[in-house]
Amino acid sequence: PALGLFLFTIARDPLRIIILIAGAFFWLVSLLLSSLIWFIAVKASDPRDEPLQKGLLIFGVMFSVLLQEAFRFLYYKLLRKAIEGLVALSEDGCSPISIQQMAYVAGVGFGLMSGAFSMINLLADALGPGTVGIHGDSQLYFLTSAFMTMVLIFLHTFWGILFFHGCEHRRWWEITAVVVMHLTVSGSTFCNPLYVPPLVPSYLLMAIAATWAYLLSGGSAQNLRRFLLCKS
Amino acid sequence: MTELSAHLPQFQHGQLTENFPDNHLSNTNDNSERRRHDNSERRRNDNPESETNGQPQNNIQQVVEQDEEEDEELTLKYGAKHVIMLFVPVTLCMVVVVATIKSVSFYTRKDGQLIYTPFTEETETVGQRALNSILNAAIMISVIIVMTILLVVLYKYRCYKVIHGWLIISSLLLLFFFSFIYLGEVFKTYNVAMDYITVALMIWNFGVVGMICIHWKGPLRLQQAYLIMISALMALVFIKYLPEWTAWLILAVISVYDLVAVLCPKGPLRMLVETAQERNETLFPALIYSSTMVWLVNMAEGDPEAQRKASKNSTYDKQAPANQTRNEDAEADDGGFSQEWQQQRDNRIGPIESTPESRAAVQALPSNSQTSEDPEERGVKLGLGDFIFYSVLVGKASATASGDWNTTLACFVAILIGLCLTLLLLAIFKKALPALPISITFGLVFYFATDNLVQPFMDQLAFHQFYI
Repeated sequence: PALGLFLFTIARDPLRIIILIAGAFFWLVSLLLSSLIWFIAVKASDPRDEPLQKGLLIFGVMFSVLLQEAFRFLYYKLLRKAIEGLVALSEDGCSPISIQQMAYVAGVGFGLMSGAFSMINLLADALGPGTVGIHGDSQLYFLTSAFMTMVLIFLHTFWGILFFHGCEHRRWWEITAVVVMHLTVSGSTFCNPLYVPPLVPSYLLMAIAATWAYLLSGGSAQNLRRFLLCKS
Repeated sequence: MTELSAHLPQFQHGQLTENFPDNHLSNTNDNSERRRHDNSERRRNDNPESETNGQPQNNIQQVVEQDEEEDEELTLKYGAKHVIMLFVPVTLCMVVVVATIKSVSFYTRKDGQLIYTPFTEETETVGQRALNSILNAAIMISVIIVMTILLVVLYKYRCYKVIHGWLIISSLLLLFFFSFIYLGEVFKTYNVAMDYITVALMIWNFGVVGMICIHWKGPLRLQQAYLIMISALMALVFIKYLPEWTAWLILAVISVYDLVAVLCPKGPLRMLVETAQERNETLFPALIYSSTMVWLVNMAEGDPEAQRKASKNSTYDKQAPANQTRNEDAEADDGGFSQEWQQQRDNRIGPIESTPESRAAVQALPSNSQTSEDPEERGVKLGLGDFIFYSVLVGKASATASGDWNTTLACFVAILIGLCLTLLLLAIFKKALPALPISITFGLVFYFATDNLVQPFMDQLAFHQFYI
């Protein structure tokens, strides 16, 4: 689904593609930094201590979430400056790409990158023999991973929109809401491999975020109805 | 076409600097595309310049200064499109290389080394290995430097025949021999039975069409496809025959060399570019990937020289491949020519979707008056060496990284971002620029970082199914 999103909405416009790739880059850098921190922490601690390792991992995840959000903010700043330049350059005084579109694309960039990183090795392994969870792990590993990844990609997209909107209008509570949501989602995955806690709330949160972003972008129930009924 | 007539006055002006005679996109694209602005960062930096004017493109009779400023604006405006035009082939090349590496095991087997890297890396101690790889890299780089200087000398003394001959031989070798090997290996991998006659026929056709397309005229897409294939083949050869540490060292050193050779006043590549500019010629019929096509539509009366030049351009614009007898030429020339872009940036354009008759070509460098006959087209050129080295980086990443796809993906994104930044700098400085350093640096940094730092982290996360 995310790929379809990409193809339909982004691939037409070169500027969006650039913003997308740049977004992916920012996410990647944040990931890099967070794994650096984690790595240092691991090296500094005792490798044989199991719970500690897990705790460190959790700490790493949280830290990474915070870093991701920080980078999203930085990216927002960059795009703000860019918009001014684009407006000055444009012929009729309005920017070719609105901040909301940018938000959307940035969100997709982040999401795609994180999804790719989460899934791609799994996919490569999935080409091998079909023995999932043969050692007593859950057999739903692939399925849940796929769903989780998808929800995460969408969430990133929506968070992008919300985040940028919050920054635009200086509503700090929106920003904190995004951060908190991100933390919750990541945190809920800690309950794996019981699959219920992560998936269900994540989907709920995604639905909430989706409606919120939709409303922010100027949609309304009326628009939705017209769209669905294919009215012109 | 109003666009075409619009360009006439500008060119008559003639004082346009060589580097960008013009950016008037002989644009049959609609306005929406015209508004496609370039890279956001670029805009940020270019704010001072952009103050000038936002006059709509249809304003034909413009004053000279406005022309120039509009030139700059237009350059920047179309930047995004050009970035994408370069993204696509680079991506394609990398995809081909990675796909081949993943599936055909031939390219990851160690079957020996080239004579340019005589020191082996299978040594007992780490120190010995490091020393050997440094020596290997040094030898390779000196070969490249010698070759580049040779090329510059030949060019300076107008030994064009020699250069042409050299290029043709290398492209012959590449097209026939290497693709034969490649095809053979692919068949082996997929266990497809094939007789020699069919293979001979296929290779012959492929090679001949390639030669024609690259050195002479041919459809743009086909030419681009051939160039991409050539670069991929070359990159595969490198990946196969260069030992580990040597390869990384070479990548690092060559980006430094590229930087030096292009930007230093005494650098061979810079001299090459300047000589070409003095002579009012297009730089090389070889080794450059052009994102657009030169269409020849001669308007009214062109003076014979302009027409001759135009036709010469159309020939030259079909970029010849990285000539490789072995690797030396490739590096020598490609590494060098990687900055051809801006220099040639003025030449061509041609949004590919527009119809032929709506576009016209002009020479790169203004020959005072008569160039006005042929409105200019413009595009971005990237040296084939850049393609090759980017693909080598990504290919090596996918071949030897423990993080596998993650690392590959990371390097890919890093290279693309480097390319964006380089294009941005290009728009700012408007000179020939080396394309290698930034991207390769990013790529290397990300490769090593991802491989060593991110991979264990992601492994653990995936194991516990945590999501960040």
